[in-house]
Amino acid sequence: MKIVIDAEKCEGHSRCYSLAPDLVDVDDLGNALVLGDGTVPEGLEDKARLIVDNCPEYAITIEED
Amino acid sequence: MTDTADAHTDEAPAPGGPCPVTDLATDYDMFDPDYLRDPFSAWAELRTEGCPIAHTERYGGSWLPTRYDDLQALAKMVPELSSKSPIVIDMPDALVKDDATGYNAAAPISADPPEQSWTRRALLPHFTPKGVMKDREYTERLCHELIDGFIDDGRCDAAVDYAQQIPPRVIARKLGVDEGMVDDFIEWVRGVLELGLQQPELRAKYRDVIREFFAAEVADRRANPKDDLITALCQTEHEGELLPDEVVIGMCNLQLVAGIDTTWSSIGSALWHFAGNEDDRRRMVAEPELWDTAVEELLRFYAPVTMARNAAEDVEYGGITFKKGDKILMNFPGANHDPDHFEDPHEVQLDRQRNRHVAFGIGIHRCAGSNLARMEMEVALKTWFERIPEFTLSDPDAVTWAGGQVRGPRIIPVTFG
Repeated sequence: MKIVIDAEKCEGHSRCYSLAPDLVDVDDLGNALVLGDGTVPEGLEDKARLIVDNCPEYAITIEED
Repeated sequence: MTDTADAHTDEAPAPGGPCPVTDLATDYDMFDPDYLRDPFSAWAELRTEGCPIAHTERYGGSWLPTRYDDLQALAKMVPELSSKSPIVIDMPDALVKDDATGYNAAAPISADPPEQSWTRRALLPHFTPKGVMKDREYTERLCHELIDGFIDDGRCDAAVDYAQQIPPRVIARKLGVDEGMVDDFIEWVRGVLELGLQQPELRAKYRDVIREFFAAEVADRRANPKDDLITALCQTEHEGELLPDEVVIGMCNLQLVAGIDTTWSSIGSALWHFAGNEDDRRRMVAEPELWDTAVEELLRFYAPVTMARNAAEDVEYGGITFKKGDKILMNFPGANHDPDHFEDPHEVQLDRQRNRHVAFGIGIHRCAGSNLARMEMEVALKTWFERIPEFTLSDPDAVTWAGGQVRGPRIIPVTFG
């Protein structure tokens, strides 16, 4: 499982970072970045779905293997 | 709703409005005390009765969208819907000042691109989750000190003695202005954003008071730079030039006005909720690990802020024509209660998992201070629960709600053991 963040849609709400700092980071303007290549470590799949379901800009998607 | 106008003729007019509301779709009243206590049923009625975008002639006229999808779409209509006058009621022309309007008023919230873009970039680094971490320790200490002041009394006004006291001090310290002036700041902000909405002279007076205050602060930082946000804004350049004084003064104005009333409303609404809902209060005591989702849920349910746009030209949307100059109320609180996007939206679910709420707006004008607000709310509530886990509303009838631009409780009498 991989998370993908659409930088064009992200407006820096930081909801994903506050819910899952182990999956995403934020840049100097507060816009979200995936950690590494976005691959979700085992056991964090529910958190990945949680941040998708809490992004008000619909900027996060999941690519299933 | 049936036509009951005749039956109401012997009643006093609604405050600020010409007559009682008889048809929400064509005549909502954003200051009606009943609407302020319970706007949720009004929005639900508009959504289900086929008029999801209502209109009123009151207060200079405005449109009120109530559906989540409409708010999502309208927020992205830039530049057709302009943010140059984001207050829900426009200032009368006679009181408008060119050096205190649009881009100069309170950028980036009162600006459209391109000015919006670079003023926002100047602010954002100070308000990222990491940028507000350095405000956290101070906020925790402040919350404890405030509670120290009333805990032995066994009662307090959770709005006046607590919620209202936190954001002005946090933002004053961040800006680098005298924290001893918080009572003045509270008076000024209420003058501009709350009491002043229906009293243009009062609003203009406090606009000028705030601008004169920051003019002096900006002049001081130009001469004597310090380690504070005003200095950082004074040193911000665009295309090789420092931002002009009037723009920096406007940006400081925004920090003060947007950083105070809004966050204290969110903290107050949350405390009001727990004071009146014993099951939810007990659950937070028993399951403090829920605070992450609980804070977002309380933000969703009690979203305080309605911003406004003006049509920059005639705009067609959803079968409606917004005429050039028309005011559109960005009813983000209403979007947060749309059953098409939130399961059982009328229920506070402290562990709500799917929650794409838009309490901080969406699109390019997403609240620049949202991470600071979220931190303040989390610290204020956690500290309160740590010190005062058992509390209850002592006089529900005494609770009053402000509204229009920012909805929140202004008096919350509580007692505790």
